Amino acid sequence: MSETAANREIALECRELHKYLGEGEMKVHVLRGVNLKLYRGEVSAIVGPSGCGKSTLLYLLGLLDRQDSGSIHVMDEVVPLDKDGEHTRIRGENIGFVFQFHFLLPEFSATENVMLPMRKLGRLSPKDMEARSVALLEEVGLGDKTHRLPSQLSGGEQQRVAIARSLANMPGVLLADEPTGNLDVKNSLMVFESLTRLAKEKGQAVLIVTHNPELAQKCDRILRMQDGQFIES
Amino acid sequence: MSHNFRIAIRFLLAKKRSMLMSLAGIVFGVGFFISTQAQLSGYQELFIETILGTDGAIRIEDRIQATSVFVEAASSKGNSTNFFLSDENNRRFVEGIEHPESVVVAIMELSNIEATSSVLKGSVQLQSALREDSGQVFGITVDDHLAVSALEDQIDSGSIIDFRQTPMGVILGVKLAARLDVSVGDSLIIRAVDQQRRLKISALYETGVSDIDKKRVFMHINTVRSLLKKPHGVSFIQVSVFDRARTMIDSQLIENVTNHFSTPWQEREKSLLELFKILRISSAITVSTIIIVSGLGMFSMLVMIVMEKTREIAILRSMGYTRGDISSIFLWQGAIVLVLGTAIGCCLGVLMTFGISKLPMPSAGLFTAEFFEVNWSGWHYIQAVVAATVIVMIASLIPARRAARLVPGDVIRGTAA
Repeated sequence: MSETAANREIALECRELHKYLGEGEMKVHVLRGVNLKLYRGEVSAIVGPSGCGKSTLLYLLGLLDRQDSGSIHVMDEVVPLDKDGEHTRIRGENIGFVFQFHFLLPEFSATENVMLPMRKLGRLSPKDMEARSVALLEEVGLGDKTHRLPSQLSGGEQQRVAIARSLANMPGVLLADEPTGNLDVKNSLMVFESLTRLAKEKGQAVLIVTHNPELAQKCDRILRMQDGQFIES
Repeated sequence: MSHNFRIAIRFLLAKKRSMLMSLAGIVFGVGFFISTQAQLSGYQELFIETILGTDGAIRIEDRIQATSVFVEAASSKGNSTNFFLSDENNRRFVEGIEHPESVVVAIMELSNIEATSSVLKGSVQLQSALREDSGQVFGITVDDHLAVSALEDQIDSGSIIDFRQTPMGVILGVKLAARLDVSVGDSLIIRAVDQQRRLKISALYETGVSDIDKKRVFMHINTVRSLLKKPHGVSFIQVSVFDRARTMIDSQLIENVTNHFSTPWQEREKSLLELFKILRISSAITVSTIIIVSGLGMFSMLVMIVMEKTREIAILRSMGYTRGDISSIFLWQGAIVLVLGTAIGCCLGVLMTFGISKLPMPSAGLFTAEFFEVNWSGWHYIQAVVAATVIVMIASLIPARRAARLVPGDVIRGTAA
C-alpha cells in the first residue's frame, strides 16, 4: 500500500470474502477470498467477464446479500453477519446505490423519489428534505423537472434522478452496478460524469461495476476480476 | 403523516379499480351485517317486549313437594349433626298456589320485584249468538294485572274502566272476537264444568301474538272463582321486575324462598329465544361471507401489488427501509381499505336499517306490527367492524409478511438478469 493510500480515509473495507451460490452439485464458489478497500473521494471500477462475481461482490458490499465468510467494515464499523436490522441501518446511513435500472417509484415525482431515503433516515425536516432534493436534482441537471413523474422523464433523466436519490443521505460509499448499462452513449457519459463529479465533490468512495472499458478508464482505479478474485489492482 | 402510510396510499391509488372492488365488498358486507342483525334483534326485542307485556317476567306456579329427607345423628363428641338427602331431579309439584298472599309478601322483599298479579286460570267454552269456540280464562284483579302487564296498552277497542266497573265484564282477544263474530258491548255465554255465565264484552285487546289473541279471555277473579268452583288459591302469580336481565337469579331466589316452582321469561320462552339466536348467528355467518369474499379480493389485490412491486420493495430496502417498514406499508393498505370500508359500511347500515324500519309489514305471522321491526344497537356495528377487521387484517398480513421477507439482493440480481 502506498503512503498516499495509507493517509486516505477508508470508507469501506472487506476481508477474505467468500460467497457460494446454488446448492448441492450446483454449488458454485463465486467469491474466493476477496479483499478490498474503498477510499473517500476515489472512484474505482470493477471490470471482468460476466459471471466472475462483480455484481455479487457489489451486493455483499452494499449489505443487500450475506457472505458465507469474511468480514465487511463500513466507515470503521464492523458489519455483523446475521443482523438484518443492523445491515439495514448501516445501509441507510452510509451506502447509496445506483443500479442498471433506475428503480424509481412510479407513483412519486422526481423530488419525492429523492426524498425517500431522507424521509426514512429522518435527519432533516420535511422542508429541508425538499430543498435538498431539489438541489440534488439541479446538480444532475434536472432542476426544471423536479415535479415530473418518472414516466415523464427519459431513460437518462431517470437514471440521473436515481443518482440524486443515491446521494440523498450523503452516504460515505456509493455503489453502482452497470449504471450506464441501459443508456445510449451520450446519456452514458452524462450519467457517468454526474456520478463521479458529485461523488468527488462530496468526498464519497465510489465503486462502479461496468462492462464499458471507456468508462472504466476514466475511473481512478480499475479492479480486474476473474473467477471470484481480483487479478490485479 | 407517517411516511409508510404515504407510500401505502400511493401504492393503493395505483390499483384504484381493485381497491374499489375490495372496498365495495367491505362496505356492503358491513352494511348488510348491520341491517340483518338490526332486523332479527328487532323482532327478538318485539317478542321479548310482547311476552313481558303479556305473561310477565317471572311466573310462579305449583308448590314444590318436600322430597329432602333429614336424618339426625350423633357425632363422636356428642354434638348432633344434620344430614339430608335431596332428590332434585325427581321433584313433585302440587298444582297451583294455595296461599298467594303469603307468597306475594315474601317475594316483594326482593329488590328487583316491581309488582305481582295473582291469576286463576281455566279452560272454558265461549258461545256467542252465532258461534262457539274454546278459550282460556284468566281471572285477574284489574289493578294488580295492569301493574304486571301491558294489557292497558294492548286494548284495541272498549275500555279498561268499563271492565273495572262491570263485575260480569270480559276482555277478549281481537282474533277470538272475530272468530265468535262479537264486538264491544255484545254479550256471550261462558261455560266451564257445570257452570255458565252470561258476560258483557267490555273491551278487545291485541298483543300481536296470534296464539294469545285467539285464546285468552280476561275476567274478574271472583267471577272466575265461582265459574270454576275454586274458592281458594290461584293458578299462578305473574311478576314484573325492574331489571329484566336479573330474572334468572330472582326466579331461583323466589323458588328457594317460597318453595314454589318459578319460571323466568328466558326459560319459559327458551325455544323461541334459541331460534332467534340461531337465526342471528346464521344470518351473521351468511352475511360475513360477503366480507370474506371481499377479504379474498383484498388478499389477491395485495398479493398482486407485492408481485408487481418487488423491485420497488427491494429498492426501498436498499435505501434503509426495514422489514417492519415494508410490512407496515402493506398493513397500512389493508387498514386504509378497512377504515374506509367499515366507516362507509356503518353509514350504509344506518341508512338500510332506517329504510327497513319504514317499510310496512306486509302480513301478520307470529307477530303483528305496523312496520318492519328493527333494533338500534351499537353492538351490531361493533360486531360488523370486528368481523371486517379480522378478515381484512388476515388478508393483509400474509402479503405483508411475504413482502417483508423479500431479499433485496435476489430481487435486484433477478431483475438485472
